[in-house]
Amino acid sequence: MKLTLRIWRQTGPDEPGRMTTYDVTGISPDMSFLEMLDHLNEELILAGDEPVAFDHDCREGICGACGMVINGRAHGPERTTTCQLHMRHFTDGDTIDVEPWRAAAFPVVKDLVVDRSAFDRIIGSGGYITAPTGAAPEAHATAVPKPVADTAFEHAECIGCGACVAACPNGSAMLFTSAKVVHLNVLPQGAPERESRVLDMVGAMDAEGFGGCTNTGECATACPKGIPLPSIAAMNREYLRALSKGR
Amino acid sequence: MTDYSRWTTGEPVVDTKAPEGPIAERWDRRRFEAKLVNPANRRRHTVIVVGTGLAGGAAGATLAEQGYHVVQFCYQDSPRRAHSIAAQGGINAAKNYRNDGDAVQRLFYDTVKGGDFRARESNVHRLAQVSVEIIDQCVAQGVPFAREYGGLLDTRSFGGVQVSRTFYARGQTGQQLLLGAYQALTRQIAAGTVEMHARTEMLDLIVVDGRARGIVARDLVTGRIDTYFADAVVLASGGYGNVFHLSTNAKNSNATAIWRAHRRGAYFANPCFTQIHPTCIPRSGDHQSKLTLMSESLRNDGRIWVPKVRGDERPPNAIPEEERDYYLERLYPAFGNLVPRDIASRAAKNVCDEGRGVGPGGQGVYLDFADAIARTGRAAVEEKYGNLFEMYARITAEDPYAAPMRIYPAIHYTMGGLWVDYDLQTTVPGLFAIGEANFSDHGANRLGASALMQGLADGYFVLPATLNDYLARHPHDTVDPAHPAVAEAVADTEDRLNLLLAVNGDRTPESFHRELGELLWDECGMARTETGLRKALNRIPQLRDEFWRRVRVPGSGADLNQSLEQANRIADHLELAELMCLDALHRAESCGGHFREESQTPDGEAARDDESFAYAAAWEFTGIGRAPVLHREDLVFEHVHPTQRSYA
Repeated sequence: MKLTLRIWRQTGPDEPGRMTTYDVTGISPDMSFLEMLDHLNEELILAGDEPVAFDHDCREGICGACGMVINGRAHGPERTTTCQLHMRHFTDGDTIDVEPWRAAAFPVVKDLVVDRSAFDRIIGSGGYITAPTGAAPEAHATAVPKPVADTAFEHAECIGCGACVAACPNGSAMLFTSAKVVHLNVLPQGAPERESRVLDMVGAMDAEGFGGCTNTGECATACPKGIPLPSIAAMNREYLRALSKGR
Repeated sequence: MTDYSRWTTGEPVVDTKAPEGPIAERWDRRRFEAKLVNPANRRRHTVIVVGTGLAGGAAGATLAEQGYHVVQFCYQDSPRRAHSIAAQGGINAAKNYRNDGDAVQRLFYDTVKGGDFRARESNVHRLAQVSVEIIDQCVAQGVPFAREYGGLLDTRSFGGVQVSRTFYARGQTGQQLLLGAYQALTRQIAAGTVEMHARTEMLDLIVVDGRARGIVARDLVTGRIDTYFADAVVLASGGYGNVFHLSTNAKNSNATAIWRAHRRGAYFANPCFTQIHPTCIPRSGDHQSKLTLMSESLRNDGRIWVPKVRGDERPPNAIPEEERDYYLERLYPAFGNLVPRDIASRAAKNVCDEGRGVGPGGQGVYLDFADAIARTGRAAVEEKYGNLFEMYARITAEDPYAAPMRIYPAIHYTMGGLWVDYDLQTTVPGLFAIGEANFSDHGANRLGASALMQGLADGYFVLPATLNDYLARHPHDTVDPAHPAVAEAVADTEDRLNLLLAVNGDRTPESFHRELGELLWDECGMARTETGLRKALNRIPQLRDEFWRRVRVPGSGADLNQSLEQANRIADHLELAELMCLDALHRAESCGGHFREESQTPDGEAARDDESFAYAAAWEFTGIGRAPVLHREDLVFEHVHPTQRSYA
């Protein structure tokens, strides 16, 4: 395959960026999108240019490191991570636009690399169960009904890639935050911190400069792990419940 | 022949610090004998932890909970992305919830046997004991393990065992366990007890007056090189499978932390013990950047086969039952498709070598779910393995519900690593290694679902107890930043990076990695021979020379430069690869994942030589291109009698 790539190049956080055009040839339909970029980068290195910087690691869709906006869509045309998007979903001769996540709370570090550390701080504000090592009761001491465990799991699948934020017109982190709130709040082990968790995490999310939710639903459409949109409503209910109980 | 294909033999390792007495009481005894640091004094002690996977994340969180000041590092943008996250199948624990005859003693026995009698009994027994506490800990953290309708935990079977002791969270057990550890760590970061440095890579170890006292690390965004000092350093930086270029490791996983520690005096044990996982998606072309694993749990329900005759090019569904060879069921009726990984991998290689492999290049075998779907229904298969089937379909554009998967072995895990004693301390006092970074528990072959168990055992329970003892026994003093050892480590690091940038040659770093990987896969992969290993030992120094003459690293060291990071890691791989081949050459026996063609039974199984090789090989570094020194740790088997492993 032969492709024309228009890629966002930006040398640093405070530098202006611009779209730069590259022609690539010899692309196999079996390549992943990142392998296609590897191929481009090898050519750039040999030509004496700087390769395109992008985050990536596991390349099997679970670490959440990779992510770019491809033709205007977070992670591109398929509902998966960029590393699991294969070139067979493109057509020979296509022009493809590649940009970083764009959100006020995710400043660009370089090229397609952004700073998502705000997510870590949201988790640090309450996205855990306080259970110091050694203090745990026997695992079977508390039975957890299967439907509850399944709901927890479904929300715990979030990989923290940031596609939800990138897809949202408001740059909101509601889906990310609600996934963790629901995961922990439905479990009996999460009950003691149920109220403080949702209040603190929503507070941290707002403080990081993420936008508000206007129920556009783009987040859940872009989410490679299928975190369900009603997760946001569930978090809102938890929030109101916590407010009504007082802290 | 280079000098390096020779080695010298030094003093054996006589003291592993394992306590005496009945094996079941040793861990209790060690904990009782360990000195403690007064809780009020702990915050004055700084501990560096490198890596945030299951071992590092668990250790950082636990040490901070105990009151220590932890300074932690990861090269990723967030501690949540460490490669433990990609582990799929499950975690073993001797809970015996199934009432199927499991016990601590059985998990201990299975692990020693599975490792082909090349692990240290005391350590393995402790691992089996601690396993039950891990499950309790993770459930308390909210890890959403699979459950039965009654609300209790579900388990499944894994290779090499006949009980059902593997706890799991669909095909994402590693992710869920890691997020549990990450959340515990993040709680400490928010509390200010862990100082977290993400996107920061350790590039050297600082040893002052014979003790590990800090590291040199590079901020990957600004390029800044800094020194960090501590009272102890813990390496939890994972394994070195990426030496092979194509592996199931994350693209950026690397050996730099442990290799630089080795260069500063830490012995490296059993580097040739690498694990090749039988169920990976075959490579599709030269562009391949990494390989993807399909969980071993698939072997619970999938049946592995190839056509009976070579060159059969019919599509799988057109091959009638009687013309299929379910070779694992045929060769190993007792364990069938659930034989240990090394055996399943070698069997796949053998049938492919016979010309009976399937798919492009004949480098694959079928993993067939037709029977399971017919027996339990598609929905049940989907419930257990849905995400794996989806991943397979996405990568190969084939539907595994309609036709069997194609799989082939790939490098997955490294049993070798830094040599550690019972306390998980390396030969450099104050330097500890945990998780895959050490060599400790799996011998020559790791059983499925045991990596997660070991990482969390080391991080949550073992290291926090033994580190206490080290800190209590050593003077609490500060490091003089002007000490010559500090300046030397910084200068070494800077020189090396500047050198990489200055070569300005005509080959990309990736091209060297690819070439090294192919060489190792051919000569130090699933089957090894003296001739092949000597060939590799001859070629690697040439390749290394070429690398330092011809590599091209664009850009500068003063900002985010992923080519520089990669080249620097490959430079270490080019040194470590040589030690791996030398270790494989010197160990003229077959055991576990190390299969020397010269040493096999008449029916082609690995033939161990306990007379000559019942030891762990701990190598001491003496210089690049110089003969290393071999220190043997004799393995004593008091409880599990070494036998020819039989899974038939």
